[in-house]
Amino acid sequence: MNDGFQSPLRGAGLSEAHRTRIGLAEMLRGGVIMDVTTAEEAHVAQESGAVAVMALERVPSDIRRDGGVARMSPVEKVEEIQKVCSIPVMAKARIGHFVEAEILESLEVDFIDESEVLTPADHAHHIDKNRFKVPFVCGATNLGEALRRIGEGAAMLRTKGEAGTGDITEAVRHLRAIHSEIRRLTTAPEEEWMTLAKDHGAPYSLVCQVATEGRLPVPNFAAGGIATPADAALAMRLGAEAVFVGSGIFKSKDPLKTAKAIVHATAHFEDATEIANASRDLGEAMPGIDASKLPEAERLQDRGW
Amino acid sequence: MSAVQAAVLALQGSVEPHLRSLHASGVDPSEVRKPEHLEEISHLVIPGGESTTLHHLLKLHGLDQLIPDRVRAGSLALMGTCGGAILMGKNPDQFPPRFELIDVEVDRNAYGRQVHSFIGKVEWESGPGPGSGEGVFIRAPRFSKIGDDVNILARKDGEAVAVQQDRCIACCFHPELTSDPRLHRWFLGI
Repeated sequence: MNDGFQSPLRGAGLSEAHRTRIGLAEMLRGGVIMDVTTAEEAHVAQESGAVAVMALERVPSDIRRDGGVARMSPVEKVEEIQKVCSIPVMAKARIGHFVEAEILESLEVDFIDESEVLTPADHAHHIDKNRFKVPFVCGATNLGEALRRIGEGAAMLRTKGEAGTGDITEAVRHLRAIHSEIRRLTTAPEEEWMTLAKDHGAPYSLVCQVATEGRLPVPNFAAGGIATPADAALAMRLGAEAVFVGSGIFKSKDPLKTAKAIVHATAHFEDATEIANASRDLGEAMPGIDASKLPEAERLQDRGW
Repeated sequence: MSAVQAAVLALQGSVEPHLRSLHASGVDPSEVRKPEHLEEISHLVIPGGESTTLHHLLKLHGLDQLIPDRVRAGSLALMGTCGGAILMGKNPDQFPPRFELIDVEVDRNAYGRQVHSFIGKVEWESGPGPGSGEGVFIRAPRFSKIGDDVNILARKDGEAVAVQQDRCIACCFHPELTSDPRLHRWFLGI
């Protein structure tokens, strides 16, 4: 587990602003970030040991059910949740909607998620995240997408598992893809790096960095479809450095208990006895949707370029 | 004195950077998640992370009692950074409950939210000092009260940002997010 000794400190050589942004991502490692829609839910999340909350108007499963255009949370919703939280508060902006991001920065949210769960505002470009003081997290399904987002200034990545389904399969696929592509890079001879950069559609300098260091230059978390303590631990075992849980908590039978259990299992992700203890008497998890049965138009992970 | 056995509390937070800093200080650190992992340990680092999350996870296995008990019994040196520093002090009636190992009050998020996080110069005046270094302050806490028996290790713009009392250190910034292992090295000697 501690082969990290060999890789250099993340952020070394970057600007102070970028190191400060990545620094908060480092602090969230090993934790659970929970979607909340009200001050009461934020209380429950904090009480359960969440490391941060994501302030939303609706959780992803409701966004999926309701359809229509999903936008940034209302300002007063974000403020209501900030008021009751001592832990970091995150909020989502639409892909490419830099004005929503500027609004969220002016509200002093601690992290912005440029998220495919909301309806994209721009079908070709993402936000230029380097010009913001607030850090951004972005979704990535593969290494090329991850490095493009880092090139734009993302301080943290996450998988784009199908949000609101309670089906972990897509998050697993993204984690496996990214790690296997990193392994492939680290064994490729230097003369192949440019072609690999071309194939991945990724910045050459970042491809060189990953090939040398053997890991992403920012933390990568799991998101999308995590519904049980075992799901959270699986994501951690596959190399996620923390987990986001959306509908999985407040759509479960006993949200406080489920939240505590997922926090417990994430901290002890390599210890099956602990995960079993965390999983006892939880009651029903959120109802799920098989992500492979989703019609193409309802697949959120295909949003992002 | 018996050999140094260093470890990092590995429940949540910037565990790996601390492991790297300890490694760079010449030891082979282990990870503590449960009471049995603490048995042979002489020096423990509590990383930053969220102090409320750390509190909940420490409590699950009684580490919230065991760690301060071991320190009071004289068999454990303890260093807390940022979220970990918050737990080291004493703030009566505030959540999360503190270990009360250093006679300081530590206020959470005292510089404000993430947009107010910064990297600034800190001056070491004792401990690993004298000399200056880089202080990475991420949603950092601040000492609001410092007792007479507390030794000030470092200041930023005149204000104490790292302190020590007996075999305990509380540091408001993140030495583990720099390549400067001076504080970790000094900690291993106390």
